[in-house]
Amino acid sequence: MTTDVHQLDDGAWVSVNDSREVNVSDLWRLAAHDFCACALADFLAEGFVEVSADGANVEGRIAGRCIQCGAEGVTDWLTLGRVDPDTGEFRPVVPESVHLPGRRRRPAAPR
Amino acid sequence: MPSKVERWKDETYGMEIREHLLRFAEEGWDAIPEDEHDAWFERFKWWGLYHQRKGQESYFMMRIGTPMGRMTPEQLRTVGEVARDYATGPVENPEFGDAYADFTTRQSIQLHWIKVEDIPDIWDELESVGLSTIQACGDSWRNIVGSPVAGRDADELVDVWPIVQELHEKFKGNDLYANLPRKWKVAMTGDRRGSGQGDINDLAFEPAIKELDGEEVEGFNVNVGGGLSRKEPRFARDIDVFCRPENAADVAAGMSSLFRDYGDRDDRFNARIKFLIDEWGPEKMRSVLQEEYMDYELPTAGQGLRDEYDYNAGRTDAHGDYIGVHDQSDGQNFVGLSVLVGRMSADDVIELADRAEAYGSEMIGLTQRQNLIVGDIADEDLDDFLDEDLLEEHSPDPHPFMRGSIACTGTEYCSLSIVETKNRMVRYGRWLRDNVDLPEGVNDFHIHLSGCTASCAQPQIADISLRGMKTRKDGDAVEAFDVGLGGGLGENPTFADWVKMRVPADEVPGYIANLLEAFEAERESPEQSFRDFVAERDEDELANLAESAETSYEDPYLGNTKLTWYPYAEDTSMDASPAPTDPNDQPLPSDD
Repeated sequence: MTTDVHQLDDGAWVSVNDSREVNVSDLWRLAAHDFCACALADFLAEGFVEVSADGANVEGRIAGRCIQCGAEGVTDWLTLGRVDPDTGEFRPVVPESVHLPGRRRRPAAPR
Repeated sequence: MPSKVERWKDETYGMEIREHLLRFAEEGWDAIPEDEHDAWFERFKWWGLYHQRKGQESYFMMRIGTPMGRMTPEQLRTVGEVARDYATGPVENPEFGDAYADFTTRQSIQLHWIKVEDIPDIWDELESVGLSTIQACGDSWRNIVGSPVAGRDADELVDVWPIVQELHEKFKGNDLYANLPRKWKVAMTGDRRGSGQGDINDLAFEPAIKELDGEEVEGFNVNVGGGLSRKEPRFARDIDVFCRPENAADVAAGMSSLFRDYGDRDDRFNARIKFLIDEWGPEKMRSVLQEEYMDYELPTAGQGLRDEYDYNAGRTDAHGDYIGVHDQSDGQNFVGLSVLVGRMSADDVIELADRAEAYGSEMIGLTQRQNLIVGDIADEDLDDFLDEDLLEEHSPDPHPFMRGSIACTGTEYCSLSIVETKNRMVRYGRWLRDNVDLPEGVNDFHIHLSGCTASCAQPQIADISLRGMKTRKDGDAVEAFDVGLGGGLGENPTFADWVKMRVPADEVPGYIANLLEAFEAERESPEQSFRDFVAERDEDELANLAESAETSYEDPYLGNTKLTWYPYAEDTSMDASPAPTDPNDQPLPSDD
């Protein structure tokens, strides 16, 4: 199964198989990260910079800011959700739960 | 590798999109294949249609480009009628009702809740009076901005209206320039006010005088690469070119061809020409323009008029806008009216068009400060016009807080925005008007509220800049703003200093009140402008000037409005959205 994924409208949202699925303005909790000095970053997603599909997994790098410490930048790769191989339905992760960015190294992907 | 958007554009783009839109209109929303939504929505932008955000599927924002914001009363009435008849959604806005038009910072008009099925009828109505949605969005020549009163302004060097009309004709619907790497924003200024705000445009023609062949010629200096978006603000840079008025179309063609050929089509985030001039520098930009795109020798830059600019310049000796009564060069008057956050009810739009026509006006102008001008009011009619009931709401002499406020679309409709904007700015304005005394001598105070880093409300060039953010308050995520101070254009354009970060939205009015109190107490004299006051202080001093505070101001939109399907619905949850809907706003049957 091929997953078609891209960001659109200046990075405002991520489209998965031509359905807009993940939007900016959510707060993401990041642990074990190097985005800022906070043990648990409280990261506001302001724009999707890169997105990619690794099999059924949809991943992205997001520009934004930790609202605890104010650090700005782009995150390492984050899992945004997964496409159900049986139904093709996208199941997004819950941004407010804790995420571990960049756990797997991956090549740059076309946008 | 070209971006996905470029591949979609290669397949279908430009004028031909119209035929597809007409087909979809006839067959209905469901005729747009679901697996092609992204591609078609990207293409529809070229014809001025922007799909609204999550929860509002099947609804579009429609943008009408009006060069320099200039219209006839008949055209304005048509906009009001289209807004009244088509721009209504399932839920009313509590501040603005059920039908309204938005006047934008680039002198265009935006209507919301547009259904694809209605587009042919809307186009028929708009085009019957000479209005169009062509290239209002998308990767091409956007609406050309400038002074709406060009040719009538008693304070101008060159009447640019004939030139702007020429550019509009030449670059709209022209296949050579239909598919650019990204948007292309052009400003043309002929007045001494700097009202084109060319500094923040991709290509700017600024009024200038140059001695050529022993003769003093009035024309333009050419600047390139301005823009505010994505935390990468740039002022347009001088490429050392003077342009005669009769050569403006050639220079514009050369520059937009250069952008078409050299702009980055692999990375849309790097595509605007501001990044190309970062890479090349102004000298190379000039030499490539000269050598590859021009068939005459470009003169070097002339003497500009920048030291006279007062538009949005934060000066104390001149209003930085078009509000109020102004002399026309023909002895009549133009009257600038305040339109708070640029939104006017459809009924008011129609009424204003009728009133303007009744007074013999042949010109309506939309300004980059989201206000509206009625031209051609004779001296003997002026008092009667100023007494019109409509001018109580849309005043030629508004309170400075109402006069200076700008806001973008925000989470009401926009995918990008982080926060609610227009209704909030209305509430800020009212609270400030009712609770805060402006320091003596302050007649203008510009607050620009933008929902995100796209900067559609031009937040970096205001006395107070508000940019949408989030923060936590008592543990809960709330809408917030980063606050900048002291930006503006004029002789020495300056971007705001961002001095307070993540101020909860309900504490912003208190911050502004405290800030103005500090300004009054610490300024050198009542003659010192707020902008100069800010410029004299370093970052730490500015950060310590004032604190945010809760006040009697109440903010009904403090929670996450982006998680709602529509922030003002009775049931705001995404599940309560009726979208996608049929042309009567009734939910379409689900496939499930």
